[in-house]
Amino acid sequence: MGEPKKSIADLKIGEKGIVCCFNDEEMSLKLLEMGCLPGSMVELSNKAPLGDPICIKVSGYNLSLRLEEAATVMLR
Amino acid sequence: MSIEKTTRLKVALLGNPNAGKSSLFNHLTGLNQKIGNFPGVTVDKKVGTSKIGDNLFAEIIDLPGTYSLYPKSLDEQIVLDLLHSKKDPSSPDLLLVVIDASTFKRNMLLFTQIRDLGFPVILVLNMLDLAEQHGIKIDPLKLEKELNVPIVAINARTGAGIRELKAAIACPVHTPPESYYKPGPLASGIISEVKESFSLENDYQAILLAHQYDNMRGLPEKEKEELARLVKKWSFDSKAFQSKETIARYDVITRILKETVEEKSVDDKELTSTKLDRILTHRVFGYLLFFFILLVLFQAIFAWASFPMDMIDGGIAWINGALKQNLPGGPFTDLLTDGLIAGLGGVLIFIPQIAILFAFIAVLEESGYMSRVMFLMDKLMRPFGMSGRSVVPLISGVACAVPAIMSTRSIENWKERLITIFVTPLMSCSARIPVFTILIALVVPEKNILGFFNLQGIVLMALYLLGFLSAIISGFVMNKILQNKQRSFFIMELPSYRIPRWKNVGLTIYEKVKTFVLEAGKVIVAISVVLWVLASYGPGDIETKALDEVRQEQPELAESTPDFENAVSGKKLELSYAGKFGHFIEPVIRPLGFDWKIGVALITSFAAREVFIGTMSTIYSVGDGGDDEATIKQRMKEEINPKTGGPMYTPALAFSLLIFYLFAMQCMSTLAVVYRETKGWTWPLIQLVYMTGLAYGLSFITYNIFS
Repeated sequence: MGEPKKSIADLKIGEKGIVCCFNDEEMSLKLLEMGCLPGSMVELSNKAPLGDPICIKVSGYNLSLRLEEAATVMLR
Repeated sequence: MSIEKTTRLKVALLGNPNAGKSSLFNHLTGLNQKIGNFPGVTVDKKVGTSKIGDNLFAEIIDLPGTYSLYPKSLDEQIVLDLLHSKKDPSSPDLLLVVIDASTFKRNMLLFTQIRDLGFPVILVLNMLDLAEQHGIKIDPLKLEKELNVPIVAINARTGAGIRELKAAIACPVHTPPESYYKPGPLASGIISEVKESFSLENDYQAILLAHQYDNMRGLPEKEKEELARLVKKWSFDSKAFQSKETIARYDVITRILKETVEEKSVDDKELTSTKLDRILTHRVFGYLLFFFILLVLFQAIFAWASFPMDMIDGGIAWINGALKQNLPGGPFTDLLTDGLIAGLGGVLIFIPQIAILFAFIAVLEESGYMSRVMFLMDKLMRPFGMSGRSVVPLISGVACAVPAIMSTRSIENWKERLITIFVTPLMSCSARIPVFTILIALVVPEKNILGFFNLQGIVLMALYLLGFLSAIISGFVMNKILQNKQRSFFIMELPSYRIPRWKNVGLTIYEKVKTFVLEAGKVIVAISVVLWVLASYGPGDIETKALDEVRQEQPELAESTPDFENAVSGKKLELSYAGKFGHFIEPVIRPLGFDWKIGVALITSFAAREVFIGTMSTIYSVGDGGDDEATIKQRMKEEINPKTGGPMYTPALAFSLLIFYLFAMQCMSTLAVVYRETKGWTWPLIQLVYMTGLAYGLSFITYNIFS
């Protein structure tokens, strides 16, 4: 396999990415419901002072999630 | 004259959290709302009545906010429970789905699910102004045509559009349901079988049953077994289907969005919310501001609340005094004044603190700041088995553990919720304040340290810190012991900041105070009456016995003087059942430095900690006007320890007692609410044993260190 793919957890503040797929089914159900869908654009807008949780902009609003949760969302 | 029939419609309000449901509910119902319980569960059910037309009233239910019909918390489960069966008599006639236009896409997911269930629906479009700031322009007419349901645009903040909404409720247009989602051939087998066995007409109802039968309340075991069998027979993969469904729905929504919504990209760095977030979740200012808010909150609870509390206290004492003077003496008057009204006073005294606490919480929640607090605190709370969502209950616990424990329902993860419920009573609640202040004043000198820190204040602060530390350490230990069955999630919306609506804040305060007075009040008043009986009666005629003994032991006292009367009532208490209990437990509490008198206070404090003061004043025969703390303090200072000949209330005893009151589970209301929230006696009993054990052990250590 080539380069390991990038996930939301690897984004820098202000950086954008397009969701490609999820590597955790249970987590994906919750994220899908919140409008974090394959093909949608996400932007890392903010991090909590301790670097975790993080806040992303998706489907036009701010969603907070933990780093370990963000790491299950792979980007294109 | 014709008598027209009054019709009552059942209308349910649904929507995402923060979509403006509660504001709309308040507009529709005003003060005509009450909190009930959903049958079998403890989730509050907010119901109100709204006048829709001349002879048309609507009973409006405000359902908990949810993002979809796949519930993740207890709150959200309610929505599904109410909607899953249209045959249920409590099932609503009409659903109002409130949509936050500024997050239109995500809000529409729930709408399409509800629509597929086949209920008559009105789509209520809220926050169009905010949406425009975000560059979203919705054409309601086009949307109405596209969705084929009535749409009403409102502004839940100003109340614009409410009249139009009422008109729409009055003449519902029932259009046949549209299937936004077709489960496809893979699910058709199980759908048709579920529809057949449960005589359902709706595909989506059938598939929801197959998804969630296990968690549905009110579904008989036999039906659950049947559904389990069908799920197995068709090897129905619930998760895969849910994922497919959500994606399919969003595809439809995106298509609808293209037809009806103009989206301009707005530089969100210009939005006020984004700017505020940069400060409020800043790594330094974020925490500083949060601690500043906490400081103001504590100040409000402890300093500003004392004025109305003193008034309530004075008012109750005045009523009691007036009743005692004007009513014929006897057990009935005593029961009314010392039992019932004194107990009522014990409930009412907390209203100012609860009102202030919930005013703060409501403002922080309404403004959107509360979710930032959770965001800031989540990482810090995780080692202790809790999450950012536990912060609100823990802070609320400083006023009263009862509403604090009730507010844990929004915590999705059961283990986190349980730990939060378990440790919240260790946070030092306001009922401990009177005990703390009197004991600190007794043994800690009033002097300043470093010029401006008041030593008594520092000791009080240390007690609060100790309570907080014990709460998080207990959380840490429980986190290690308890098995985690569920994964913990922190996927949470951070809503845009908004200026709080004062009407909503006012209604929240009103509602919380009412719930507290009715729920906790019942228990406290009942226990007060029981305690009054135990303290007023004893084996034999204790009245005469007390009189005789006082005459014998203190012949210098002239009869019918206040001192004599007080000595008699003190003696009477010693001879009463409560006094006997005190003597009975004295051997157990002696290692902590306590005597039987404190034993009586410990027993009476079990109803509510603040009863300590009242009991002490009765025991030390301060007599009526017994809530005068200075008098009791003086009397306690003079108390001589018969064994040592020195003062009874040495620093060792006072500190031991302080520690005991800090840790012991002495609150019936808390135990009752933990029983309700955990659905059994296991956890309240473990909590009782744990906290009392902790109190005993630590008091023992404290007493031995200081003496």
